[in-house]
Amino acid sequence: MSIIFLLLSVSICVAIVFFVAFIVSVKRGQYDDTYTPAVRMLFEDELVQEASETSATTIKNSTNE
Amino acid sequence: MEACYHCGDPCGKSPIIHEAKSFCCNGCKTVFDILHQNGMDYYYELERTPGTSQNKVSEHFDYLDNEAITEELLQFSEGKRQIISFEIPAIHCSSCIWVLENLSKLHPGVYNSTVNFPAKKAQIQFNQEELPLKALVLLLDRIGYTPKISLASAEVKKKSKDRSLIYKFGIAGFAFGNIMFLSFPEYFDVDEIWLEHYKPMFRTIMLLFSLPVVFYAASDYFKAAIKGLRSRMLNIDLPIALGVSVLFIRSVIDVMMDWGPGFFDSLSGLVFFLLLGRFFQQKTYSYLSFERDYKSYFPLGVTRIDRKGSKLIEEQIALKEIQKGDTLLIRSNEIIPVDGVLIRGEALIDYSFVTGEALPIHKEAGSAIFAGGKQCGASIELEVSKTVSQSYLTQLWGNKAFEKQSELRFQSLTDQISKRFTLAIVSIAIISGIAWWFIAPSMMFNVITAVLIVACPCAIALSAPFTLGNLVRLFGRHKCYVKNAAVIENWSEIDTVVFDKTGTLSTPAQSAFSYHGIPLSIEEQRLLYSSLRASNHPLSRSLYNTLEEQEIVTLDDFSETLGQGISAAKDNQHLKIGAPKFVHAQANSNHEGAVVHISSGSNYKGHYVFQSEYRPGLKHLLAVLGRNKKIAVLTGDNDSQAERLNSFLPEHTEVRYNQKPQDKLDYVKTLQEQGEKVMMIGDGLNDSGAMAQSDIGIAIAEDTNVFTPASDAILQANSFEKLPVFFALAGLGKRIIYACFGISVLYNLIGLGFAVTGHLEPVVAAILMPLSSISIVIFTTISTRFFGSRLLKSAIKNRN
Repeated sequence: MSIIFLLLSVSICVAIVFFVAFIVSVKRGQYDDTYTPAVRMLFEDELVQEASETSATTIKNSTNE
Repeated sequence: MEACYHCGDPCGKSPIIHEAKSFCCNGCKTVFDILHQNGMDYYYELERTPGTSQNKVSEHFDYLDNEAITEELLQFSEGKRQIISFEIPAIHCSSCIWVLENLSKLHPGVYNSTVNFPAKKAQIQFNQEELPLKALVLLLDRIGYTPKISLASAEVKKKSKDRSLIYKFGIAGFAFGNIMFLSFPEYFDVDEIWLEHYKPMFRTIMLLFSLPVVFYAASDYFKAAIKGLRSRMLNIDLPIALGVSVLFIRSVIDVMMDWGPGFFDSLSGLVFFLLLGRFFQQKTYSYLSFERDYKSYFPLGVTRIDRKGSKLIEEQIALKEIQKGDTLLIRSNEIIPVDGVLIRGEALIDYSFVTGEALPIHKEAGSAIFAGGKQCGASIELEVSKTVSQSYLTQLWGNKAFEKQSELRFQSLTDQISKRFTLAIVSIAIISGIAWWFIAPSMMFNVITAVLIVACPCAIALSAPFTLGNLVRLFGRHKCYVKNAAVIENWSEIDTVVFDKTGTLSTPAQSAFSYHGIPLSIEEQRLLYSSLRASNHPLSRSLYNTLEEQEIVTLDDFSETLGQGISAAKDNQHLKIGAPKFVHAQANSNHEGAVVHISSGSNYKGHYVFQSEYRPGLKHLLAVLGRNKKIAVLTGDNDSQAERLNSFLPEHTEVRYNQKPQDKLDYVKTLQEQGEKVMMIGDGLNDSGAMAQSDIGIAIAEDTNVFTPASDAILQANSFEKLPVFFALAGLGKRIIYACFGISVLYNLIGLGFAVTGHLEPVVAAILMPLSSISIVIFTTISTRFFGSRLLKSAIKNRN
């Protein structure tokens, strides 16, 4: 019956991992603004059109750093 | 009529056509050009007419040349990377987010920018070497997103966010769920030997889970209970703290002694629900600020001029560096931050933020000028007579009214109940304990703890937060934004309403001009209309807006003398518009308020008298309020328009004229000393003292984006008529809270039945607790919505 120890400790560990993830996400401010990210993700389509222009410059920038 | 492609405002009869699109003004066209040339037309595809009207006066940001000032504004600065966070009131749609987050396309000096839409803020990372802060601000200003920079923005930037409630809520929820899981075998009384074997381990884990709940998540309740006891008040936190600690101690003893599984599930559930209530109540409008004082109104810096011989040195200095005797240069549209004496130029000062007065005041060299006004005319020079903190306006903030804690002003409904409740519970616990001492002494401890556990007023503590939280949202939907839920609770207690006159009862947005004199001919009217259109003087603008629309004629001659008037000519028609001296010898200046005189050729024609218009529905509103509340009106004006004001007021209304800010504060204080609960409704900085002193201070705002003085609630001007409805809603909230108290006392009686007879099993507590809490939440939510919308509907019907 020692399997119960294993199951219990595994389940509690999983729960704690998620709990810590929650605390960290709050601390980083993910819950401060719950509106803008939802709007922002709709902009992506538009940015792709110009990707060909901008990608060249971004590559240049990234090699500099 | 066509709408402006940029801002959606009507373009009038002569729109500016550019690239086959019409614009209402050059400002809007310029913004379009900037965005169009940079390939950012997507701004206009995302939303229709996303811009804000550019028909405004530009601000000055010269003080951003001063490095000490910019240093204070930057959040982070190292080498080529600077970070700054701006408050941008113009943010209102997804196009705004898009354009601000793509600032890097407009200028390579911007690395990236992030918008926080609810807070109307943008955080921008940029390179100060390529793009100085002043240029960045001007760039934002050019595309219509002028950041709000004030004395306060430098001070608040380091304030960190308080997220402890979310942490506590998370911990309580986490522990609640896990403990429920671990209690399942106990709930169903499974008779399996292996389960019996592991019981102590299950219980120990539950105990461990409950530790952070009791010592962290519930810590606020213990603190509040101790604070209440110290000030000899039996607040609602006391029975909660008592319940939580008894629950915990009893459960620990139960587990240690192996008497039972304990009440860890009820304990964590209780704390979870209580925090849920707090969380719900904490509805905040993050883009509104209720704490604004003069600091968020004044600019960060001013221009000081120094005359050394014939040389003139201009210097940008921070506001706090201003010394008595300095000479300041106030440009057009700058705010005057100190009291002083006008030494050069002609002042035309708009005091609308201070007094609510819609029209600017004219001052000549040599006269004293008070801080807080905005110069509308050309540049002036000012000799400082008092420093910023000493001035007429800012001195008010030294008053004690601004220091007190608003939470302690009222004893809340919940606290009133909890006093009796706590006494009742403690005496029931003692009586049943004594009774059991005689029946079976071994059960005594059991029964006393059971009474204290089951009586823990979770449902009572939840009724107010949920009812008020719902009302806060309902108020918000009707454009009345309250600072916190306590404001609504206090609202139902108000018995005196004090109004400011200018800007509150009267509206600066609508004004009426009445004409006295010889009627103007059609040609004269056209000429008048066209010349007013060309003038930037505030009086001309408002007169222009009220006149009947005329054909625009091209003027042959137009000249504007600041502080005097306009002279214009078309064909053989000559018109002079403005001050009496300027216009004609016959014009007399014996009028109260603002007057615009007109002469045609050499003949004096007549004059327009400006009258501030009272808000629509004012008479009805005051009559409704006057039925069961005392009404008073305070005004800084003299009594020249008393007759007109009195026609709106119900009988026996006290009206006081010539009230200074301090007088208004004192008046409210006197009323309070007579035991009245006072609501002060005002709009300008001169009312802020009275608003801070009153039990509820409400600021009226034509536009919630602009500055409002510190207050408990901000009411949008077009919802002013709904004021009696808000009173009714607050009263409704009070009745619902009382009904909730009734229901929760019922639950408590059932629970006490179990407890007193010694039958309180953990599973009963675990069912009763969430059941009572959830039913209260459902009851209050449904009844607030149902009765609230019925009240609003009947109010609208009455008005029509």
